[in-house]
Amino acid sequence: MKAAVILFPGSNRERDVERALRLAGADVQRVWHAEHELPAGTDLAVLPGGFSYGDYLRCGAIAARSPAMDAVRAHAARGGLVLGICNGFQILCESGLLPGALMRNAKLRFICHRQHVRVERADTAFTRNYAPGQVIDICVAHGEGNYTADPATLARLEGYGLVAFRYCDPNGEVTVDSNVNGSTNSIAGIYSPNRNVLGLMPHPENFVDPLVGGTDGLPLFQSLVGRIAQAA
Amino acid sequence: MKARVTVTLKSGVLDPQGKAIEGALASLGIRGILGVRQGKVFDVELATEDAGEAEATLRQACEKLLANTVIENFHYEVETPGQNGGGRRGRETAPATLSPDDPTVEAADDAEMPIEGHP
Repeated sequence: MKAAVILFPGSNRERDVERALRLAGADVQRVWHAEHELPAGTDLAVLPGGFSYGDYLRCGAIAARSPAMDAVRAHAARGGLVLGICNGFQILCESGLLPGALMRNAKLRFICHRQHVRVERADTAFTRNYAPGQVIDICVAHGEGNYTADPATLARLEGYGLVAFRYCDPNGEVTVDSNVNGSTNSIAGIYSPNRNVLGLMPHPENFVDPLVGGTDGLPLFQSLVGRIAQAA
Repeated sequence: MKARVTVTLKSGVLDPQGKAIEGALASLGIRGILGVRQGKVFDVELATEDAGEAEATLRQACEKLLANTVIENFHYEVETPGQNGGGRRGRETAPATLSPDDPTVEAADDAEMPIEGHP
């Protein structure tokens, strides 16, 4: 499985996600944002976390207009897999690959801690190594993760099962307190209509090694690698 | 030609920063403020002197980058050098153009642009 990790000026989680992908068995290449094409044979394009362009204008706004994003858009249109984590999710929303927007956290604080999220469905390329409704313990680290969309978009996301993850408590209950950033419907991640594009605020790449305190993020990368291996 | 672009949150979109500012104003004892919404202002210098061309450029800039139309409205004003002559220091403000989906933006609110250098 060939993954291309797009590097923007100000990205800072590319090494972590590359490590997670390699641990899962992927062949990883890093791609500079000024490139107009992804490496031949790319199965998965990854937009890593960080602070592309210093969050100038709006988080992800400038990165979303880079040449590499045109290549990512074309890749997604062909049915290719795209994963955007944290700033990568913000870039996906800004680029129009995912609907809605990520606003300032409701309590205005940058949040950085372990967080439970619920896997809403386990039948996608990203989640097949989880169980449906599984509660996973991963990390959040963001200041602008407050997901918002107009009512019609929300109805579509909910109606078509495009919500990927929700913030929840350790028992999997979606509560006001477990909604760490004020996101509408506690949304932590969403899919595109064909479920080949996933954006999420939490960092699965943080928890892939028991040495760091958890491995609940690893199945996401294993799902991706396994799915491509299966298809091949 | 100069222009000023104002980007504001759509009504109904929660603005936690505006709320925090509101709270800070209240804690300073500044009374009489019912609400604050935070936005952005861009002062843009355009290569053209043609109002129509300027408007087309600004609209494109707003729609493609300056505003996220999912959550924000934009509004721009083009400064044209005073045509009324008489050495009046100031400028005319071309008719404001509003984001089509938001009739609530009030052009009149922006009437206080600082006067900059146009003879």
